[in-house]
Amino acid sequence: MAADADAARSPGISPDLPHWHEIVQATLKRNEVNLVPYVPDRVLTPLIAGLHADPFFTTFATAREEEAVGILAGAWMGGRRGALLMQTSGFATLANVLASLVVPSQIPLIMFVSERGTLGEFNVGQSLVCRTMRPVLDALAMEHHTMTRLDELEFIVDRSIKQAVATQAPVALILSPLLTGGKVFA
Amino acid sequence: MSAPLRNTKVMNRTDLTCRLVGRLTHGEAVIGGIGNTNFDLWAAGQRPQNFYMLGSMGLACPIALGVALAQPPRRVFAIEGDGSLLMQLGCLTTIATLAPSNLAIIVMDNGIYQITGCQPTPARQADIVAIAAGCGIAASHWAVDEEDFERLVDVALATPGPMLIAARIDDRPGVGATKRDPAQIRERFMQGLGVRQPI
Repeated sequence: MAADADAARSPGISPDLPHWHEIVQATLKRNEVNLVPYVPDRVLTPLIAGLHADPFFTTFATAREEEAVGILAGAWMGGRRGALLMQTSGFATLANVLASLVVPSQIPLIMFVSERGTLGEFNVGQSLVCRTMRPVLDALAMEHHTMTRLDELEFIVDRSIKQAVATQAPVALILSPLLTGGKVFA
Repeated sequence: MSAPLRNTKVMNRTDLTCRLVGRLTHGEAVIGGIGNTNFDLWAAGQRPQNFYMLGSMGLACPIALGVALAQPPRRVFAIEGDGSLLMQLGCLTTIATLAPSNLAIIVMDNGIYQITGCQPTPARQADIVAIAAGCGIAASHWAVDEEDFERLVDVALATPGPMLIAARIDDRPGVGATKRDPAQIRERFMQGLGVRQPI
């Protein structure tokens, strides 16, 4: 039943806690991460809107995810912190830049990936591309966390940003449909 | 259909890079694209404000944009080959939209992938300056000759950007050999930008 599916949409949504995107935005701000390029995704829309509404952030769309990685690498070297927002399929375009720029140059790239392709995916292409994400991260020995619970979100994001900066190493923070509700077949 | 006619002289990358670097007196940052572009930047003198790309083809302009956004008082130059720029043309639209006043792009256009065996790029019928202008970078110009190149660099140094300067170059390879140590290159660049101090 469609109504039942909507009612059970996401364990991560609770009337007593802030929304996931409010927690992410506040944690970025607290860690002085203020440059946020993105390639948009339906699930990321409330986070993107929140970032645009806060003048603390410089946030804008790029034509490709790889381009945003270049921008963030340059900004880091110039002394400014940032984070990239994208979808699973966007991450799949990044193996070359991660392996040839970010990892060998020790750039603490902070990536948020809205996870498509699992837990109710309706597009077979998305489900296949999703399976490439963690193997690529593991092949490069990159730190990554899949965030499923609202009560753990701030801890994971805050600690991961601090660790990335302290160890000069990138991190991928994967926003599970368990946290965000994901995208459902309309 | 033939390629567009251009009244531009065919110049040399090494010579133009030396002319650019010779005009930088205020700690301007320079991002050298992959391959010959950064080999010639290396050969022109290893300034700590130079960043030499060893991979990630096409990202000289985005990296330069990031530096420009981080340090608005500092002028930033990207030097990129035409083949590299073709891999990331979308970045010209981002640069036009954000319009950083401290960013200039120099495109070394020989129409070939020189370093892989001089194969022609697929852009034989394209005009880099028209592409950049069409993306919204109004101050996009072909350098007619070496003197005009220096004049355009002076304009980029003195007036608000963003700006794109394209130069037709010959098929000669770069003359330097960048040391392949990405962590050291990145650290030295950060020191050159005043972000880090030597330990």
